[in-house]
Amino acid sequence: MTNHAIESAAKQTPDGLARRIRGLSDRAIAWIFVAPTIILLLAVNIFPLIWTIRLSFTNFRVNRPNKDVEWVGLRNYERILSDSDIWNTMQATAHFLIWTIVLQVLIGFTLAYLINKKFKGNDLWTTIIVFPMMLSPAVVGNFWTFLYQPQIGLFNYAIAFFTGADPASFSMIGDVHLAPWAIVIADTWMWTPFVMLICLAGLRSIPDSIYEAAECDRASKWRQFWTITIPMALPFLMLAVLFRGIENFKMFDLVVQLTGGGPGNTTTLTSIDLKREAFERWRTGYSSAYAVILFVTVFGLASIYVKALNKVKER
Amino acid sequence: MSFSVTEPSARTKWFAGLLVVGYAIVTLIPLLWIIATGFKSPADSIAYPPVVVFEPTLEGYVNLFTDRTRATEGMLEEAGPPTTWYEEIVRERGTVITGPSRYGERFLNSVIIGFGSTALCMLLGTMAAYAFSRFRVPLKDDLLFFILSTRMMPPIAVAIPIFLMFRSLGLNDTHLGMILLYTAVNLSLSVWLLKGFIDEIPIEYEEAALIDGYTRFQAFYKVVLPQAATGIASTAIFCLIFAWNEYAFAVLLTSGNAQTAPPFIPTIIGVAGKDWPAVAAGATIFLVPVMVFTILLRKHLLRGITFGAVRK
Repeated sequence: MTNHAIESAAKQTPDGLARRIRGLSDRAIAWIFVAPTIILLLAVNIFPLIWTIRLSFTNFRVNRPNKDVEWVGLRNYERILSDSDIWNTMQATAHFLIWTIVLQVLIGFTLAYLINKKFKGNDLWTTIIVFPMMLSPAVVGNFWTFLYQPQIGLFNYAIAFFTGADPASFSMIGDVHLAPWAIVIADTWMWTPFVMLICLAGLRSIPDSIYEAAECDRASKWRQFWTITIPMALPFLMLAVLFRGIENFKMFDLVVQLTGGGPGNTTTLTSIDLKREAFERWRTGYSSAYAVILFVTVFGLASIYVKALNKVKER
Repeated sequence: MSFSVTEPSARTKWFAGLLVVGYAIVTLIPLLWIIATGFKSPADSIAYPPVVVFEPTLEGYVNLFTDRTRATEGMLEEAGPPTTWYEEIVRERGTVITGPSRYGERFLNSVIIGFGSTALCMLLGTMAAYAFSRFRVPLKDDLLFFILSTRMMPPIAVAIPIFLMFRSLGLNDTHLGMILLYTAVNLSLSVWLLKGFIDEIPIEYEEAALIDGYTRFQAFYKVVLPQAATGIASTAIFCLIFAWNEYAFAVLLTSGNAQTAPPFIPTIIGVAGKDWPAVAAGATIFLVPVMVFTILLRKHLLRGITFGAVRK
């Protein structure tokens, strides 16, 4: 279809213009092909980023456009870094980040290891397991609030069924101790398949001949697992952790629908806090500085991690 | 079957299969629960203990697509007896339909913005990927990394200036604005994936075509595009799914005119309290197409989610 559309577009091009296009050098074509992408990305990503950095040094507020904008230097940054609430937010984010990654890696790798045993129908079941991660996090998060309802929720019913507790006695999203786990469970349900798929690719990349050689050397299965399987799948595992780390550091949609950051501030992840500062309290300059700090953190951590990943790959 | 030391025993396979199928069933329960709740009556949806066997009704779907109000005697007399099946369902609850709900509109917005941004993204992405794959572009690696890095930014972080920029350009809450925005977000994925697919097409095909007197453009659309068709199709589905699911930009930058379904579905409420069957019905209509796409994509799934870093 695409082919046909382009062909008819080409036929409609007037002869003079067409001849000029045909006469273009490869270098010119390369620029014509790349330029629209770069221009759009500069306009929608880089330009706003520079604007954010500029705003972060001012006391600008979107809801008061007529007020004079003052240059405040680094004051926004000082206020953020000395604010104890922000550190609470960071703690909530760290709790979420660490536990989702640990659980997803453990469950995801185990699943991949089992699927790699090549039982009959493993392709079909892999596809079924993958469903949750393709769905809209906001819609799914909203529905999980229904599963988490005390008394009537399916999740509470299942827990009560297996432990004998009263299903109305606990509220996953209303309790300050349980809410941080409620978001971890929902995120793990959704994103474990992602880690599983990448681990599966890692396991499948290990050639059989290595195991055959190990078998000839009478290495035990246990030893084979720790000296062949794990080291060879490690780069893939680390890649999965990188992707999940970046995504969950930015986490917004699933959690904002699930708990809205509450109860109190127990599940207020950085993106949710940033949204409140920027679009509810309208402290534009302050929240811009906040955004810059977050971006620098993600970018910094990611580049250190990628260096480590490349070292592992080289080994 | 040839004997191999690396082939797991039948018992191992059986055991592994059992565990994986068990996990798959548990993970499917929330999804099946959404679909089932859409066909429950309000009473069944909040019953304790949760009901698995119930009498299916389309009430949730009717409520999803209509606005209703509690009927007074006068209104019922004026309206006369119900003439359609959906009016009958509504009347049983003592309510009358006052008009269509906004769900249809929001769903249509999702379709327009999803398909619009996918089409634009594929056009720009294929061109850029072809150039990166075949030509010597100055600073190629830096440009490719720059394209990828745009994906690391938290959407909320750039939302403020985009909001200001769109407001001054008159793009706030418009289809065009959202299409441009989603195209920009998806370009990193489409350029990286498509470059991988085009890299795999032997360059000799094009060289042969060029020798036969094709121009570069002809070689591009008559040789490369047909060869890359499956890759382009699966990249397009990935872009579509992303635009379809996106929430953060949609909730911040749209309100009435161009709002998509994800920010709308959680706001659905009934005449008395939260109408879970209607929410579930809305979610079902929204999620099932993506499940179908996932089945179509299964061969390229891994490549798509890792930006082409893992190719199997």
